[in-house]
Amino acid sequence: MTWVNAIVQGILLGGVYALFACGLSLVFGVLRIVNLAHGDLTVLAAFLAVVVTGAFGVPPVVALVVVVPVLAALGYVLQRTLLQRSLAAGELAPLLVTFGLSIVIQNALLQVFSADTRTLPTGAFGTASLAIGGDLAVGWLALITLLVAVAVLAGLQFVLARTALGRSMRATSDDPETAQLMGLDDRRVHAAATAIALGTVALAGIFYGMRGTFTPTLGPQLLIFAFEAVIIGGLGSLWGTLLGGLVLGMAQTLGAQIQPSYGVLAGHLVFLLVLAVRPQGLLRTASRR
Amino acid sequence: MTVLDVRGLDAHYGHLQALFGIDLTLDDGETLAVIGANGAGKTTLLRAVMGQVPADGGILLGGTSLAGLRPHERVRAGVTMVPEGRKLFPSLSVAETLQVGAAPGAWDLDAVYELFPNIPLLRGRPAGALSGGEQQAVAIGRGLMANPRVLLLDEVSLGLAPVVVGRLYEALATIGKAGLTMIVVEQDVGQALSLAGRVHCLRAGRTVLTAAAGDVTAADVTSAYFGGGV
Repeated sequence: MTWVNAIVQGILLGGVYALFACGLSLVFGVLRIVNLAHGDLTVLAAFLAVVVTGAFGVPPVVALVVVVPVLAALGYVLQRTLLQRSLAAGELAPLLVTFGLSIVIQNALLQVFSADTRTLPTGAFGTASLAIGGDLAVGWLALITLLVAVAVLAGLQFVLARTALGRSMRATSDDPETAQLMGLDDRRVHAAATAIALGTVALAGIFYGMRGTFTPTLGPQLLIFAFEAVIIGGLGSLWGTLLGGLVLGMAQTLGAQIQPSYGVLAGHLVFLLVLAVRPQGLLRTASRR
Repeated sequence: MTVLDVRGLDAHYGHLQALFGIDLTLDDGETLAVIGANGAGKTTLLRAVMGQVPADGGILLGGTSLAGLRPHERVRAGVTMVPEGRKLFPSLSVAETLQVGAAPGAWDLDAVYELFPNIPLLRGRPAGALSGGEQQAVAIGRGLMANPRVLLLDEVSLGLAPVVVGRLYEALATIGKAGLTMIVVEQDVGQALSLAGRVHCLRAGRTVLTAAAGDVTAADVTSAYFGGGV
């Protein structure tokens, strides 16, 4: 039963990873930028929620109402200012710019909030759980996080596949120059994609902050988990990102079941295995593009 | 009435000058064929009009200068291009491809489907999975859906079988009769002369011949673009 429990908890943990990863996946898919500041932006969102919950005495879920739009606006501005310029300067520039941004965010957070470990207060809800038979129980918060991740990915998939904005994003991703010949403004399409991505980053940051603890320097660790989820699932596939998150989560909890210190290592090993055996990812065919 | 007016257009790729003082005008409803060998500057001329290569000189659309506008703004101003090699979006279906740059006007999905009757059957397929001729039809349809005042077409016949090219040129003739103003860049002189009212011949970035299509033969044009003069 402990193994079944490890799998169930792994799936729930995978929900968090999938939520982290979808913004990274979207920005890579549309802009072809690997955003190295992705994890730090997630942590920034969690700290913003600390400020909002502290200032207004509201629960973290309510802080979403403020933090999601703020991060989305930040994404729009970031794209129109820093990232768009870096895109014009070749493939290496966006990597360097987002790496620099990562360092700036970490140090700014350290300066403002100190290196203390934080968490977002959830009260009794944070520990409430739902018995699902046998001696298995799942935490409500973990379950809701997973459901939010699925909803966000389904929503993104819908936007990309069915809306005019999504069509513009796919066209711009395929061929920005030709997309301009069709009257699409690549800068606005990129900015819209970044805004949506950072909106999901805000969700990820707050749910992570409610489920565990965070510090200003946690970003790179989160980036690695998000990156692994995206690669395991297959770059450019949103459902792949969900699957990648779940596989990573299960690898970590199953590894920890063998030996508590093996959890994160097991996740990395599965990631390496996927890279070696199926580098295009689990849900992507190699010949698609 | 003049729709497009290009004056003294120079274009450069880095230090290399590709166009030297090109002048051309295009009247409402007219089809102009731009003819020349590889490297003569035909594609550069279209890309300069679209704002995809930096150019000096005047480009006026309906009397308004396009200077300083980015390509997507020029599309909104009323000029669209069907690029060489079709350049369809691999992630988009045929129907999505047609809709991606659609603007209100006479050319809507129904009109494009009527022009290319086999396209509706393919509308759910990825645009990249079609045959070359079908892809070119979709690329032309995509340009039409923007409902431009001037449509630029770059090497429509490139890499296609003669029978397919013939059918595409019939469609272009229909588009021309419907009143759309077009510039057709072409290496197939015979096809170009059959469609266009005027020809504009380029060699090494310079205008070497401009004439009404009825006043020149294919041999005149060919000799002009190989450097024989008329």
